[in-house]
Amino acid sequence: MTAIQSPFSAPTAAPPGPDHDHDGVLDPVLEVPAGALASLHARLEDAAADAGLLDVAYATVPSPVGELLLAATDRGLVRVAFAGEDHDAVLQVLAERIGPRILRSPRRLEEAARQLDEYFAGRRRRFDLPLDRSLSKGFRLTVLEHLSEIGFGRTESYAEVARLVGNPNAVRAVGTACATNPLPVVVPCHRVLRTDGSLGGYLGGLEAKTALLALEAAA
Amino acid sequence: MKTPFEAIVAGHGATVLRVCRAVLGPGPDSEDAWQETFLAALGAYPALPADANVEAWLVTIAHRKAVDAVRAAARRALPAEDLPEAASPLGNPDELRSPRDREPALWAALASLPDKQRLAVAYHHVAGLPYREVAGILGGTPEAARRAAADGIGTLRARLAGPPATAEPRTSKIRTPKIRREGVLQ
Repeated sequence: MTAIQSPFSAPTAAPPGPDHDHDGVLDPVLEVPAGALASLHARLEDAAADAGLLDVAYATVPSPVGELLLAATDRGLVRVAFAGEDHDAVLQVLAERIGPRILRSPRRLEEAARQLDEYFAGRRRRFDLPLDRSLSKGFRLTVLEHLSEIGFGRTESYAEVARLVGNPNAVRAVGTACATNPLPVVVPCHRVLRTDGSLGGYLGGLEAKTALLALEAAA
Repeated sequence: MKTPFEAIVAGHGATVLRVCRAVLGPGPDSEDAWQETFLAALGAYPALPADANVEAWLVTIAHRKAVDAVRAAARRALPAEDLPEAASPLGNPDELRSPRDREPALWAALASLPDKQRLAVAYHHVAGLPYREVAGILGGTPEAARRAAADGIGTLRARLAGPPATAEPRTSKIRTPKIRREGVLQ
Protein backbone atom coordinates (compact mmCIF):
# COMPACT_ATOMS: atom_id res chain seq x y z
CA MET A 1 0.00 0.00 0.00
CA THR A 2 2.83 2.43 0.74
CA ALA A 3 4.46 1.34 -2.48
CA ILE A 4 1.52 2.84 -4.32
CA GLN A 5 1.56 6.08 -2.39
CA SER A 6 5.29 6.73 -2.42
CA PRO A 7 5.63 7.93 -6.02
CA PHE A 8 3.33 10.79 -5.17
CA SER A 9 4.97 11.89 -1.95
CA ALA A 10 8.32 12.13 -3.75
CA PRO A 11 7.42 12.76 -7.38
CA THR A 12 10.83 14.05 -8.38
CA ALA A 13 12.79 11.18 -6.87
CA ALA A 14 12.70 9.14 -10.07
CA PRO A 15 12.22 10.08 -13.69
CA PRO A 16 8.53 9.65 -14.46
CA GLY A 17 7.77 6.53 -16.42
CA PRO A 18 5.53 6.63 -19.46
CA ASP A 19 2.50 5.74 -17.35
CA HIS A 20 3.12 8.37 -14.67
CA ASP A 21 4.29 11.18 -16.85
CA HIS A 22 2.61 14.05 -15.07
CA ASP A 23 5.88 15.89 -14.33
CA GLY A 24 4.64 16.94 -10.92
CA VAL A 25 1.76 18.89 -12.42
CA LEU A 26 -0.57 17.12 -10.00
CA ASP A 27 1.56 17.58 -6.90
CA PRO A 28 -0.74 20.06 -5.10
CA VAL A 29 -3.66 17.67 -5.60
CA LEU A 30 -1.67 14.84 -4.07
CA GLU A 31 -1.16 16.62 -0.78
CA VAL A 32 -3.59 15.60 1.94
CA PRO A 33 -4.38 18.46 4.32
CA ALA A 34 -2.95 17.98 7.80
CA GLY A 35 -5.52 16.64 10.23
CA ALA A 36 -8.05 15.81 7.52
CA LEU A 37 -7.68 12.07 7.92
CA ALA A 38 -7.92 12.19 11.71
CA SER A 39 -11.22 14.08 11.62
CA LEU A 40 -12.54 11.84 8.83
CA HIS A 41 -11.62 8.80 10.92
CA ALA A 42 -13.46 10.16 13.96
CA ARG A 43 -16.53 10.80 11.80
CA LEU A 44 -16.31 7.28 10.39
CA GLU A 45 -16.20 5.80 13.91
CA ASP A 46 -19.49 7.49 14.80
CA ALA A 47 -21.18 6.70 11.50
CA ALA A 48 -20.10 3.06 11.68
CA ALA A 49 -21.39 2.67 15.23
CA ASP A 50 -24.68 4.42 14.39
CA ALA A 51 -25.16 2.09 11.43
CA GLY A 52 -24.41 -0.97 13.56
CA LEU A 53 -21.50 -1.88 11.28
CA LEU A 54 -18.79 -2.40 13.88
CA ASP A 55 -17.84 -5.87 15.04
CA VAL A 56 -15.23 -4.52 17.43
CA ALA A 57 -14.14 -1.05 18.59
CA TYR A 58 -10.77 -0.69 20.27
CA ALA A 59 -8.39 1.72 21.92
CA THR A 60 -5.02 1.55 23.60
CA VAL A 61 -4.46 3.15 26.99
CA PRO A 62 -1.36 3.62 29.13
CA SER A 63 -1.24 1.87 32.50
CA PRO A 64 1.30 1.06 35.24
CA VAL A 65 1.58 -2.46 33.75
CA GLY A 66 2.27 -1.21 30.24
CA GLU A 67 0.04 -0.16 27.36
CA LEU A 68 -3.28 -2.01 27.40
CA LEU A 69 -5.44 -2.82 24.41
CA LEU A 70 -9.17 -2.49 25.18
CA ALA A 71 -11.67 -3.95 22.73
CA ALA A 72 -15.46 -3.96 22.89
CA THR A 73 -18.43 -5.28 20.96
CA ASP A 74 -21.98 -3.95 21.17
CA ARG A 75 -22.45 -6.24 24.15
CA GLY A 76 -19.52 -4.98 26.18
CA LEU A 77 -15.80 -5.20 26.82
CA VAL A 78 -14.58 -8.31 25.05
CA ARG A 79 -10.79 -8.19 25.35
CA VAL A 80 -8.07 -6.59 27.42
CA ALA A 81 -4.54 -7.33 26.24
CA PHE A 82 -1.08 -6.58 27.58
CA ALA A 83 1.57 -5.16 25.26
CA GLY A 84 3.46 -8.44 25.55
CA GLU A 85 0.61 -10.23 23.80
CA ASP A 86 1.24 -8.14 20.62
CA HIS A 87 -1.80 -5.94 20.07
CA ASP A 88 -1.79 -6.43 16.29
CA ALA A 89 -1.87 -10.19 16.74
CA VAL A 90 -4.71 -9.86 19.27
CA LEU A 91 -6.73 -7.72 16.84
CA GLN A 92 -6.14 -10.28 14.10
CA VAL A 93 -7.54 -13.01 16.34
CA LEU A 94 -10.57 -10.81 17.10
CA ALA A 95 -11.06 -10.31 13.35
CA GLU A 96 -11.17 -14.07 12.88
CA ARG A 97 -13.24 -14.99 15.93
CA ILE A 98 -15.69 -12.06 16.06
CA GLY A 99 -15.50 -10.25 12.72
CA PRO A 100 -13.12 -8.07 10.67
CA ARG A 101 -15.16 -4.85 10.90
CA ILE A 102 -12.81 -3.42 13.50
CA LEU A 103 -11.99 0.24 14.02
CA ARG A 104 -9.88 2.14 16.48
CA SER A 105 -12.60 4.06 18.29
CA PRO A 106 -11.43 5.51 21.61
CA ARG A 107 -14.77 7.14 22.39
CA ARG A 108 -16.37 3.70 22.66
CA LEU A 109 -13.82 2.63 25.27
CA GLU A 110 -13.90 5.81 27.35
CA GLU A 111 -15.84 4.31 30.26
CA ALA A 112 -13.62 1.22 30.45
CA ALA A 113 -10.50 3.40 30.26
CA ARG A 114 -11.83 5.66 33.02
CA GLN A 115 -12.58 2.75 35.36
CA LEU A 116 -9.15 1.22 34.72
CA ASP A 117 -7.52 4.58 35.53
CA GLU A 118 -9.43 4.71 38.80
CA TYR A 119 -8.45 1.12 39.59
CA PHE A 120 -4.75 1.78 38.98
CA ALA A 121 -4.98 4.96 41.05
CA GLY A 122 -6.38 2.90 43.96
CA ARG A 123 -9.77 4.60 43.76
CA ARG A 124 -11.82 1.67 42.42
CA ARG A 125 -12.24 -1.79 43.94
CA ARG A 126 -14.58 -3.39 41.43
CA PHE A 127 -15.37 -2.84 37.77
CA ASP A 128 -18.86 -1.96 36.74
CA LEU A 129 -18.72 -2.61 32.99
CA PRO A 130 -20.82 -4.72 30.64
CA LEU A 131 -18.66 -7.68 29.58
CA ASP A 132 -18.89 -9.71 26.40
CA ARG A 133 -17.63 -13.15 27.45
CA SER A 134 -18.19 -14.74 24.06
CA LEU A 135 -14.47 -15.54 23.66
CA SER A 136 -14.72 -18.04 26.55
CA LYS A 137 -16.65 -21.30 26.49
CA GLY A 138 -17.46 -24.26 28.73
CA PHE A 139 -15.37 -24.91 31.82
CA ARG A 140 -13.09 -21.94 31.14
CA LEU A 141 -16.12 -19.64 31.10
CA THR A 142 -17.32 -21.15 34.39
CA VAL A 143 -13.92 -20.51 35.97
CA LEU A 144 -13.69 -16.93 34.65
CA GLU A 145 -17.20 -16.13 35.87
CA HIS A 146 -16.18 -17.34 39.30
CA LEU A 147 -13.06 -15.12 39.29
CA SER A 148 -15.23 -12.02 39.24
CA GLU A 149 -16.46 -13.09 42.70
CA ILE A 150 -12.97 -12.94 44.21
CA GLY A 151 -12.99 -9.54 45.86
CA PHE A 152 -10.41 -6.77 45.59
CA GLY A 153 -7.29 -7.55 47.66
CA ARG A 154 -8.26 -11.19 48.22
CA THR A 155 -6.71 -14.26 46.59
CA GLU A 156 -7.65 -17.89 46.03
CA SER A 157 -5.52 -20.86 45.03
CA TYR A 158 -5.99 -22.74 41.77
CA ALA A 159 -7.15 -25.72 43.88
CA GLU A 160 -9.71 -23.62 45.76
CA VAL A 161 -11.10 -22.24 42.51
CA ALA A 162 -11.39 -25.80 41.15
CA ARG A 163 -13.28 -26.88 44.25
CA LEU A 164 -15.53 -23.80 44.27
CA VAL A 165 -16.61 -24.30 40.67
CA GLY A 166 -17.48 -27.90 41.52
CA ASN A 167 -14.61 -29.72 39.83
CA PRO A 168 -11.87 -30.22 42.47
CA ASN A 169 -9.76 -32.40 40.17
CA ALA A 170 -9.55 -29.76 37.47
CA VAL A 171 -6.76 -27.71 39.03
CA ARG A 172 -4.70 -27.74 35.84
CA ALA A 173 -7.73 -26.69 33.76
CA VAL A 174 -8.28 -23.77 36.15
CA GLY A 175 -4.69 -22.75 35.44
CA THR A 176 -5.37 -22.91 31.71
CA ALA A 177 -8.56 -20.86 32.09
CA CYS A 178 -6.63 -18.16 33.97
CA ALA A 179 -3.78 -18.22 31.44
CA THR A 180 -6.22 -17.66 28.57
CA ASN A 181 -8.40 -15.05 30.31
CA PRO A 182 -9.52 -12.64 27.53
CA LEU A 183 -10.25 -9.91 30.09
CA PRO A 184 -7.26 -9.71 32.45
CA VAL A 185 -7.26 -7.05 35.20
CA VAL A 186 -11.04 -6.58 34.79
CA VAL A 187 -11.67 -10.30 35.39
CA PRO A 188 -9.12 -10.76 38.17
CA CYS A 189 -7.16 -13.87 37.27
CA HIS A 190 -4.22 -12.16 39.00
CA ARG A 191 -5.97 -13.02 42.29
CA VAL A 192 -5.40 -16.74 41.77
CA LEU A 193 -2.15 -18.13 43.22
CA ARG A 194 -0.58 -21.51 43.83
CA THR A 195 -1.61 -23.35 46.98
CA ASP A 196 1.78 -22.52 48.54
CA GLY A 197 1.18 -18.82 47.91
CA SER A 198 3.65 -18.51 45.04
CA LEU A 199 2.51 -16.61 41.99
CA GLY A 200 1.92 -19.27 39.37
CA GLY A 201 1.77 -17.81 35.89
CA TYR A 202 0.33 -14.70 34.33
CA LEU A 203 -0.25 -13.79 30.73
CA GLY A 204 0.85 -10.23 31.39
CA GLY A 205 4.09 -11.46 32.96
CA LEU A 206 4.84 -12.10 36.62
CA GLU A 207 5.96 -8.51 37.09
CA ALA A 208 2.46 -7.31 36.17
CA LYS A 209 0.85 -9.88 38.47
CA THR A 210 3.08 -8.76 41.35
CA ALA A 211 2.27 -5.10 40.62
CA LEU A 212 -1.48 -5.72 40.61
CA LEU A 213 -1.36 -7.69 43.88
CA ALA A 214 0.81 -4.98 45.48
CA LEU A 215 -1.57 -2.29 44.30
CA GLU A 216 -4.53 -4.10 45.84
CA ALA A 217 -2.67 -4.83 49.07
CA ALA A 218 -1.74 -1.15 49.48
CA ALA A 219 -5.13 0.34 48.65
CA MET B 1 -8.10 -14.61 6.91
CA LYS B 2 -8.99 -10.93 6.91
CA THR B 3 -7.08 -8.08 8.52
CA PRO B 4 -8.97 -5.72 10.84
CA PHE B 5 -10.67 -2.97 8.82
CA GLU B 6 -8.63 -0.38 10.70
CA ALA B 7 -5.60 -1.53 8.68
CA ILE B 8 -7.56 -0.84 5.47
CA VAL B 9 -8.35 2.70 6.60
CA ALA B 10 -4.79 3.31 7.76
CA GLY B 11 -3.29 1.91 4.58
CA HIS B 12 -5.61 3.44 1.98
CA GLY B 13 -7.37 6.37 3.67
CA ALA B 14 -4.99 8.97 2.27
CA THR B 15 -5.12 7.58 -1.27
CA VAL B 16 -8.92 7.50 -1.28
CA LEU B 17 -9.02 11.09 -0.01
CA ARG B 18 -6.65 12.17 -2.80
CA VAL B 19 -8.90 10.46 -5.33
CA CYS B 20 -12.08 12.03 -3.91
CA ARG B 21 -10.43 15.47 -3.94
CA ALA B 22 -9.20 15.02 -7.51
CA VAL B 23 -12.67 14.00 -8.70
CA LEU B 24 -14.84 16.34 -6.63
CA GLY B 25 -12.49 19.18 -5.71
CA PRO B 26 -11.01 20.01 -2.30
CA GLY B 27 -14.28 21.01 -0.63
CA PRO B 28 -16.68 19.19 1.71
CA ASP B 29 -18.08 17.01 -1.10
CA SER B 30 -14.78 15.11 -1.23
CA GLU B 31 -14.86 14.48 2.51
CA ASP B 32 -18.46 13.28 2.31
CA ALA B 33 -17.49 10.94 -0.53
CA TRP B 34 -14.58 9.60 1.55
CA GLN B 35 -16.99 8.99 4.44
CA GLU B 36 -19.52 7.20 2.29
CA THR B 37 -16.81 5.17 0.60
CA PHE B 38 -15.38 3.81 3.83
CA LEU B 39 -18.80 3.29 5.42
CA ALA B 40 -19.93 1.25 2.40
CA ALA B 41 -16.59 -0.58 2.33
CA LEU B 42 -16.93 -1.42 6.03
CA GLY B 43 -20.36 -2.92 5.43
CA ALA B 44 -19.19 -4.96 2.45
CA TYR B 45 -15.80 -5.94 3.91
CA PRO B 46 -16.78 -9.35 5.34
CA ALA B 47 -17.87 -10.49 1.85
CA LEU B 48 -14.75 -9.20 0.05
CA PRO B 49 -12.75 -12.11 -1.39
CA ALA B 50 -9.49 -12.62 0.47
CA ASP B 51 -7.38 -12.17 -2.68
CA ALA B 52 -9.14 -8.98 -3.85
CA ASN B 53 -7.14 -5.89 -4.82
CA VAL B 54 -8.24 -3.72 -1.91
CA GLU B 55 -7.16 -0.42 -3.45
CA ALA B 56 -9.01 -1.08 -6.72
CA TRP B 57 -12.06 -2.16 -4.70
CA LEU B 58 -11.99 1.06 -2.66
CA VAL B 59 -11.50 3.26 -5.72
CA THR B 60 -14.43 1.51 -7.41
CA ILE B 61 -16.64 2.32 -4.41
CA ALA B 62 -15.27 5.89 -4.31
CA HIS B 63 -16.08 6.21 -8.01
CA ARG B 64 -19.73 5.28 -7.38
CA LYS B 65 -19.96 7.67 -4.44
CA ALA B 66 -18.38 10.47 -6.49
CA VAL B 67 -20.78 9.89 -9.37
CA ASP B 68 -23.66 10.02 -6.86
CA ALA B 69 -22.27 13.28 -5.45
CA VAL B 70 -21.98 14.84 -8.90
CA ARG B 71 -25.58 13.85 -9.71
CA ALA B 72 -26.82 15.19 -6.38
CA ALA B 73 -25.01 18.47 -6.99
CA ALA B 74 -26.59 18.70 -10.43
CA ARG B 75 -30.02 18.19 -8.88
CA ARG B 76 -29.33 20.88 -6.29
CA ALA B 77 -28.10 23.40 -8.83
CA LEU B 78 -30.72 25.82 -10.07
CA PRO B 79 -30.68 26.41 -13.79
CA ALA B 80 -30.01 30.07 -14.57
CA GLU B 81 -30.44 31.86 -17.87
CA ASP B 82 -27.99 34.61 -17.07
CA LEU B 83 -25.02 33.76 -14.93
CA PRO B 84 -24.01 36.63 -12.66
CA GLU B 85 -20.62 38.14 -13.42
CA ALA B 86 -18.25 37.72 -10.50
CA ALA B 87 -14.57 37.69 -9.83
CA SER B 88 -13.18 34.18 -9.71
CA PRO B 89 -12.29 33.19 -6.16
CA LEU B 90 -9.53 31.08 -7.67
CA GLY B 91 -7.45 33.98 -8.97
CA ASN B 92 -6.07 34.64 -12.42
CA PRO B 93 -4.07 31.66 -13.64
CA ASP B 94 -1.71 33.91 -15.59
CA GLU B 95 -0.51 35.56 -12.40
CA LEU B 96 -0.02 32.38 -10.46
CA ARG B 97 3.40 30.94 -11.06
CA SER B 98 4.89 29.37 -7.95
CA PRO B 99 3.74 25.78 -7.32
CA ARG B 100 1.87 26.82 -4.19
CA ASP B 101 0.18 29.75 -5.95
CA ARG B 102 -0.72 27.56 -8.88
CA GLU B 103 -2.79 25.30 -6.66
CA PRO B 104 -6.15 27.11 -7.12
CA ALA B 105 -5.55 27.19 -10.85
CA LEU B 106 -4.83 23.47 -10.84
CA TRP B 107 -8.06 22.70 -9.00
CA ALA B 108 -9.96 24.86 -11.45
CA ALA B 109 -8.28 23.20 -14.42
CA LEU B 110 -8.95 19.76 -12.99
CA ALA B 111 -12.61 20.59 -12.39
CA SER B 112 -12.98 21.79 -15.98
CA LEU B 113 -11.66 18.58 -17.54
CA PRO B 114 -14.20 16.34 -19.24
CA ASP B 115 -15.41 13.77 -16.68
CA LYS B 116 -13.72 10.83 -18.34
CA GLN B 117 -10.33 12.58 -18.42
CA ARG B 118 -10.59 13.78 -14.83
CA LEU B 119 -11.61 10.31 -13.62
CA ALA B 120 -8.85 8.61 -15.62
CA VAL B 121 -6.29 11.05 -14.15
CA ALA B 122 -7.67 10.46 -10.64
CA TYR B 123 -7.69 6.68 -10.84
CA HIS B 124 -4.40 6.24 -12.68
CA HIS B 125 -2.17 9.14 -11.63
CA VAL B 126 -3.64 9.79 -8.19
CA ALA B 127 -4.72 6.31 -7.07
CA GLY B 128 -1.92 4.57 -8.96
CA LEU B 129 -4.18 1.95 -10.55
CA PRO B 130 -2.99 0.35 -13.80
CA TYR B 131 -5.01 1.27 -16.92
CA ARG B 132 -6.54 -2.20 -16.94
CA GLU B 133 -8.16 -1.47 -13.54
CA VAL B 134 -9.09 2.08 -14.59
CA ALA B 135 -10.86 0.67 -17.65
CA GLY B 136 -12.69 -1.79 -15.40
CA ILE B 137 -14.10 1.13 -13.43
CA LEU B 138 -14.80 3.54 -16.29
CA GLY B 139 -15.76 1.05 -18.99
CA GLY B 140 -13.98 0.98 -22.34
CA THR B 141 -10.54 -0.35 -23.12
CA PRO B 142 -7.29 0.13 -21.18
CA GLU B 143 -5.97 2.00 -24.23
CA ALA B 144 -8.93 4.42 -24.07
CA ALA B 145 -8.27 4.93 -20.35
CA ARG B 146 -4.61 5.62 -21.11
CA ARG B 147 -5.54 8.19 -23.73
CA ALA B 148 -8.08 9.88 -21.46
CA ALA B 149 -5.49 10.17 -18.68
CA ALA B 150 -2.81 11.44 -21.09
CA ASP B 151 -5.20 13.99 -22.59
CA GLY B 152 -6.17 15.13 -19.11
CA ILE B 153 -2.56 15.55 -17.97
CA GLY B 154 -1.74 17.32 -21.24
CA THR B 155 -4.58 19.78 -20.71
CA LEU B 156 -3.61 20.44 -17.11
CA ARG B 157 0.00 21.02 -18.08
CA ALA B 158 -0.98 23.37 -20.91
CA ARG B 159 -3.37 25.37 -18.74
CA LEU B 160 -0.80 25.78 -15.99
CA ALA B 161 2.16 26.47 -18.27
CA GLY B 162 0.96 29.53 -20.11
CA PRO B 163 -1.91 31.76 -21.14
CA PRO B 164 -4.96 29.75 -22.19
CA ALA B 165 -4.71 31.07 -25.79
CA THR B 166 -1.49 29.16 -26.43
CA ALA B 167 -2.60 26.08 -24.59
CA GLU B 168 -5.27 24.49 -26.71
CA PRO B 169 -5.19 20.87 -25.61
CA ARG B 170 -6.10 19.63 -29.07
CA THR B 171 -2.88 21.00 -30.57
CA SER B 172 -0.58 19.69 -27.86
CA LYS B 173 1.61 16.64 -28.12
CA ILE B 174 -0.94 14.54 -26.31
CA ARG B 175 -2.73 13.89 -29.58
CA THR B 176 0.17 11.85 -30.92
CA PRO B 177 -1.05 8.59 -29.39
CA LYS B 178 -3.95 8.68 -31.85
CA ILE B 179 -1.54 8.43 -34.75
CA ARG B 180 0.25 5.58 -33.09
CA ARG B 181 -3.03 3.85 -32.40
CA GLU B 182 -4.01 4.06 -36.05
CA GLY B 183 -0.64 2.62 -36.93
CA VAL B 184 -1.33 -0.31 -34.69
CA LEU B 185 -4.70 -0.88 -36.25
CA GLN B 186 -3.41 -1.02 -39.81
